[in-house]
Amino acid sequence: MRPLRNFLDKIEPDFHKGGKWEKWYSLYEAVDTVFYRPADVTKTTAHVRDGIDLKRIMITVWLCTFPAMLYGMYNLGFQANAAMAELGIAAVEGWRGSFIEMFAGYDPNSVWDSFWHGAAYFLPIYFVVFVVGGFWEVLFATVRGHEVNEGFFVTSVLFALICPPDLPLWQAALGISFGVVVGKEIFGGTGKNFLNPALTGRAFLFFAYPAYISGDEVWTAVDGYSGATALSVAFTDGMAGLQNQMTWFDAFFGSIQGSIGETSTLAILMGGAVLLIMGIASWRIVGGVMLGMIATALLFNVIGSDTNPMFAMPWYWHLVVGGFAFGMIFMATDPVSAAMTNAGKWWFGILIGFMVVIIRVVNPAFPEGMMLAILFANLFAPLIDHGVVQANIKRRLARG
Amino acid sequence: MEHYLSIFISTIFVENMALAYFLGMCTFLAISKKIGAAFGLGVAVIVVQIITVPVNNLLFTHVLSEGALAWAGLPDVDLSFLGLVTYIGVIAALVQILEMVLDKFVPKLYSALGVFLPLITVNCAILGSTMFMVERSYTFNESLAFGAGSGVGWALAITALAGIREKMKYSDVPEGLRGLGITFITVGLMSLGFMSFGGIDL
Repeated sequence: MRPLRNFLDKIEPDFHKGGKWEKWYSLYEAVDTVFYRPADVTKTTAHVRDGIDLKRIMITVWLCTFPAMLYGMYNLGFQANAAMAELGIAAVEGWRGSFIEMFAGYDPNSVWDSFWHGAAYFLPIYFVVFVVGGFWEVLFATVRGHEVNEGFFVTSVLFALICPPDLPLWQAALGISFGVVVGKEIFGGTGKNFLNPALTGRAFLFFAYPAYISGDEVWTAVDGYSGATALSVAFTDGMAGLQNQMTWFDAFFGSIQGSIGETSTLAILMGGAVLLIMGIASWRIVGGVMLGMIATALLFNVIGSDTNPMFAMPWYWHLVVGGFAFGMIFMATDPVSAAMTNAGKWWFGILIGFMVVIIRVVNPAFPEGMMLAILFANLFAPLIDHGVVQANIKRRLARG
Repeated sequence: MEHYLSIFISTIFVENMALAYFLGMCTFLAISKKIGAAFGLGVAVIVVQIITVPVNNLLFTHVLSEGALAWAGLPDVDLSFLGLVTYIGVIAALVQILEMVLDKFVPKLYSALGVFLPLITVNCAILGSTMFMVERSYTFNESLAFGAGSGVGWALAITALAGIREKMKYSDVPEGLRGLGITFITVGLMSLGFMSFGGIDL
């Protein structure tokens, strides 16, 4: 690694103020810090040192999405292969087909075939999201002189994982552009936004192209195959209809249709456990979301309804279907857009849990509510913090 | 009772005056820098709404609408063309009274709201609610629930916006977007969040 360090040191002066490439400093800095620890050290007193900086937090979150991502690719391919076997389609046409046939076939029973088929759909989406989002990130960093931030790794992988498999690539590019530029960069970059950028982009797509992104045809990557997600089945046919199609364990292990990364609650919780143990994701928020969801679901179970079968959905089903687990672990715990105070985190989580069940149960327009529930709670996070701080001030004044 | 509750709830969330209809934008954008002032203005709007919408409702059903003057022996008179003038007159009078009350009892809030208190008169959210009330032909009780709901919804939206704008003091917004520009974008994104209720039919 010595030659690389020497090379980086040699070209560094060119990137400083007055150097010939001074505009590209953010890019240089990004490359340098990928390979090496930053050279900045504390020079005066107060040497509180911990390796857990922004870079490590972001990279850890990124790594923790891998179980969900890998399982998601397998499941995506498995669903597609199974649907193809059912419809009697022998091969996928176009460039995806040639990509798949390079290394694998279309046998739904083969793990490798399914995994590779899924990769043929997930990797192009992730690649496009990464390149387009990265372009905006670097552009803003270069023009505005801030550093390229690892937060983008997280945004891009989360955005790619909550897309439906059959999403056209230009839409993926459009969505991540909106998320990164309007959701984050115009507020000044990582740490200065108030909505989760990945969710902002996804919500933008959701409302801009409802026919593409919320219809029945997008959840399995086979042309002409239409399959509803667990939540829309439950909404139309009730719990009995849902249980005809899948068991609770199917939904928990994730062999169902859905967005790429969100089907397997088990894989998500594996990543989530690491985040919670390392203290990167706040256990208060996760606890609050669970608490709010369980309480609201129980409330609806008790109220009951003759016309709306969603009232009867028990809380342990709410946990495993749709994007609930993914949103709870990876989106709600976003440290920037969530509430900051400890008590506020509980309320923030409870608000999300409450809202997601409300949207799923009483709003006929959207079968899934996790994305919108988190965005809604993001809006009120500053207000929740304000309330907590004011209450604290009052309590301390009263104490005298 | 359930009917009135569902009108109340759906006006707060589903048909939020500020974030679903974008009414009352001038005050909404101008008085949302501080949570305290925004909350005060929100309360003022709630009070004005709770009084004006039902009062206008009474005026409409008993004086202005077609055949309403039958009790005075004038069954063929239709005064609904006087609607706009009457409603705005009622609103203006009420705001004047509110202004005096605030000046007397809460002078701090009075000076924080400044010129925007008399401007509540021309706040489109308030006239807008009255127009919606007429258009949807609410009864007196319904208009009470509707007025309260629209006021609370607007107050909730402006307080949330003020919270976000206080947090945004730490943001680093590009030069050209600072001030109103970023606030418009913020309101647009808030409206995206409130879309979660769109489609609920109460």
